[in-house]
Amino acid sequence: MLSRTAANLFWTARYIERAETNARLLEVGARNALIPNTGGGYRNEWESILHASGTSDAFRAKYGEAVQRNVETWLFFDRDNPSSVTACIEKARENGRIVRTALTSQVWDALNTAWAEVREFGRTERSKLGTSDLVDWTLRTASLVRGAAMGTQLRNDGYDFTNIGHFLERADSTARLLDTKYFVLLPHVTFVGSGLDNYQWRTLLRALSAHRAFNWAYGGEITPPKIVDFLVLNRASPRSLLTAVEGVNHHLDRLARAYGKATSAQTRARMLLGEMAELTPEDIFDEGLHEFLTRFVRDVSALSEVVHETYLSGETR
Amino acid sequence: MRLTVRHTTTYRYAPPRRAVVQSHRLTPSVFEGQQTIWWNISVPGAWTGATFRDGAGDRIETVSMLGPVEEVLVEVTGEVETQDLAGVLRGHRETVPPTAYLRTTRATHPDTGLRELSADALAGADGDPLDRAHRLSRAVAEAIAYVPGETHAHTSAAEALSLGKGVCQDHAHALIGAAIAADMPARYVTGYLFVGDEPMGEASHAWAEIHVPELGWVGFDPANRCCPDARYIRLGSGHDAQLAAPIRGLAQGVGEERLDVSVDVAEAAQSQQQ
Amino acid sequence: MSDGNTPPFFNEMFDATGAVRPPYGGLDGWAAAMPEELRSLKQSEAEALFRRIGITFAVYGEGGSPDRLIPFDMFPRVFGADEWRRLENGIKQRARALNAFLVDVYGRGEIVKAGRIPARLVYCNEAYETAVAGITPPKGVYSHIVGVDLVRTGPDEFFVLEDNCRTPSGVSYMLENREIMMRMFPHLFQQKRILPVETYPALLKRTLASVAPAKCQGEPRVAILTPGHFNSAYYEHSFLADQMGVELVEGQDLFVEGDYCWMRTTEGPKRVDVIYRRIDDAFIDPLCFRPDSMLGVPGLMNVYRSGGVTIASAPGAGVADDKAIYTYVPEMVRFYLGEEPILNNVPTWQCAKSDDCAYVLDNLSELVVKEVHGSGGYGMLVGPKATQEQVAAFAEKIKADPDNYIAQPTLALSTTPTFVEEGVAPRHVDLRPYCLVGETVELVPGGLTRVALTEGSLVVNSSQGGGVKDTWVVDE
Repeated sequence: MLSRTAANLFWTARYIERAETNARLLEVGARNALIPNTGGGYRNEWESILHASGTSDAFRAKYGEAVQRNVETWLFFDRDNPSSVTACIEKARENGRIVRTALTSQVWDALNTAWAEVREFGRTERSKLGTSDLVDWTLRTASLVRGAAMGTQLRNDGYDFTNIGHFLERADSTARLLDTKYFVLLPHVTFVGSGLDNYQWRTLLRALSAHRAFNWAYGGEITPPKIVDFLVLNRASPRSLLTAVEGVNHHLDRLARAYGKATSAQTRARMLLGEMAELTPEDIFDEGLHEFLTRFVRDVSALSEVVHETYLSGETR
Repeated sequence: MRLTVRHTTTYRYAPPRRAVVQSHRLTPSVFEGQQTIWWNISVPGAWTGATFRDGAGDRIETVSMLGPVEEVLVEVTGEVETQDLAGVLRGHRETVPPTAYLRTTRATHPDTGLRELSADALAGADGDPLDRAHRLSRAVAEAIAYVPGETHAHTSAAEALSLGKGVCQDHAHALIGAAIAADMPARYVTGYLFVGDEPMGEASHAWAEIHVPELGWVGFDPANRCCPDARYIRLGSGHDAQLAAPIRGLAQGVGEERLDVSVDVAEAAQSQQQ
Repeated sequence: MSDGNTPPFFNEMFDATGAVRPPYGGLDGWAAAMPEELRSLKQSEAEALFRRIGITFAVYGEGGSPDRLIPFDMFPRVFGADEWRRLENGIKQRARALNAFLVDVYGRGEIVKAGRIPARLVYCNEAYETAVAGITPPKGVYSHIVGVDLVRTGPDEFFVLEDNCRTPSGVSYMLENREIMMRMFPHLFQQKRILPVETYPALLKRTLASVAPAKCQGEPRVAILTPGHFNSAYYEHSFLADQMGVELVEGQDLFVEGDYCWMRTTEGPKRVDVIYRRIDDAFIDPLCFRPDSMLGVPGLMNVYRSGGVTIASAPGAGVADDKAIYTYVPEMVRFYLGEEPILNNVPTWQCAKSDDCAYVLDNLSELVVKEVHGSGGYGMLVGPKATQEQVAAFAEKIKADPDNYIAQPTLALSTTPTFVEEGVAPRHVDLRPYCLVGETVELVPGGLTRVALTEGSLVVNSSQGGGVKDTWVVDE
């Protein structure tokens, strides 16, 4: 297929996933804001949310201090924030419109409706829009788009590029969400294992819609190793890093078979998978969770770059 | 005259570009005034293809390079036997009808100044079109002094005239504008010029052709106040400098481009030909 | 004056005695039997369908918001098979003559040499491309899709308003209008034998494949070149690509290497043999035309001129549909085909000629005056509809720049029944069929009918309150 078409499909999926990530960040922030600050001095935990979204500098330049309402605006409505939910939905729909004929009408309807609704939100008085409603809407919308694609799209190379985009973005976003915990707690190591710590872990799981699944899978107390196992290494967890990397591998392998040609993208993806499969939670804590996640995000981004060069840029001969 | 040509053009890009595509009009025209002994265009590392002769009789080649491209070197070498036909382009095959060269472009458009120059030059002239063409060429040579560095690639004929200064490109554009104002088809011609030891001489050259009924296309070089003779090698033509350019190219991507051109036209030593 | 039923306006549904003309048989009963509520229900259903498909663009390069819907009128416009046959012959004849003209003026120029058309009109025309002189495209076709704009003034009187030899748009409306009518009123299609138009995409693909370069071996690869998704006709570009099963490419998806043009795909470069371009000549190739064009493909014109790819329509085709050349089309038919033109031109006065200009200025209030290069119904004067002040003001504009204007008599455009607020009423219409020229010349039985929805209006442009209708050819 046309490289640009593949790129549009890839990015449609990534933007939908990214919209969801931002909504989840919003949820983490809103929940964290419900508990009183303990310990010395005032701590603004919205800062950590912005940090995790990778947009704190741009936010500060526009709004200054991280006040809840402004952060919510920034993460959901603001088009100056390239990864706000609104911006992501618009870009997903725009990418979809360009390749309209490569999408089934179900997928297009889902994208188009999402776009119309997000525009409607922009015209609605803010007091009428609750943060949790906006978060719910985003999660529902993302599920609808993904579901429509899964249920109706032809299983051709376009489907593979869609899924590669989806899994790469999800790998990146889970890693970033997990890292919020690091930013939230960084100056307060003394809180590890405290009630506050526990609350924050729970919030994170909840934001990942994973708290119930976690309880089923592990039960009992929430401990950092269990969380890391669940969100990084557990193949049953739909948002774990390993699941995402496996997904990327699966769809790259399908492409290689269909095209009768493997490329450096497959090699690179398999290397990442091999490395992940060997890991234990202890290895990760030995390296340091933040360090591990930083490295992982870098590896995913490098893999994404190779996929781009190999398939999406149109430069391969 | 037997002339040897060595013409190198080097494009350097920083940072390197994604790809480069060029359209070349670098092969000597085929007509009675010149006979190509040998000719070679080399662009190391590039694909050459899509080669054809266009409606104006020019040979066009397409050159493409896949990035990253840091440098494109176009090297033209060859030898041509020329003879003086007093500017007449005899025996040249082309399909574009002369009437099509009554159209002007932004570069050749005759403004009031050019129209006046044209009318003044022809005041009192009889109907002989060749004489009219000579008058126009002289008028342009007098109105625009040869001063390098005062004009640039995108200076129009009208601008050069009001400035009163310019180089061969401006002379040619002004003559085209003045000729079309007088209802004579005219076009831009590029080529090489043997300048010998002349210190001011430019071996890469441009002039104009005016269509004269009975004779056909006739070259006029207001910059040198003459008609092309055996010192001239003709490459190709177009409505203006841009459309007649020997090299038209596009480098994809952004960044700096540095251009170096060197042209050397010499008289071939008899001994070397044997 | 113009209720559309009384002369001089020809009503396509009712004859002078008030009887229904055969092609429209049954539609009177259909419209009468439709209760008000059902009609508005159907109307909103149709609108919802259009919106859902996303067919929201302006026809004929009129601009306007890309999210705007053009009003769709459910009352079909109908031709009888014998009426259509004559039209079809006339349109095909014109398409053949226009192509013969293009091959000629880029080649030997016989028609000019024979003195049948002034040399300057052709060779000094802005649309004449010196760069393609001497090029004869595969099968001698320059214009592969010819859109002929027609109006009707009587049972047998048709006039050609203009020819569109470059990239006539609106064909997606022809197809979607039919699709929607079939969905909403299936019983009408059971009652009447309505000839299908849905073969158009397949015919278009066959036409394009038939003009692949001689160098192309095997199944030719066709692609549609679009300026991009911001273009107001992007929907149509993607619709046609989808219907034909070909790639929709932008300039950045193509590149030139060696003797050919290639498409960037996920599996590496694929050669492209035929490009159906929906961008203007000026933007096709920055190395040949506008150097600042970002929409085109550098080097493409060289590949085209050396026979490595076919471009449809061929660059330079625009010289045949220029408003000043239009006057000479009947002459082309005689010169190249040795036939008498089946379809008439509208008599046209060229203000560039002083006699014509004087006539135009004396009779302004009876004429329609247009800009030579204008489109979309802007910058024109409809004499009979204008106030004295407007006429006087326009006269000044003509005097200031006569070359820029042509004038035509006000044509008594035919009317067809149209659903309006108060029920059904006659409204003025025109017609654009799409003629395909490749190895063979083809015309699907139908076209795009535009309707002036405002009572008495003769301007059918969508930017000026025009709508569209499904166009039927019934075989009975």
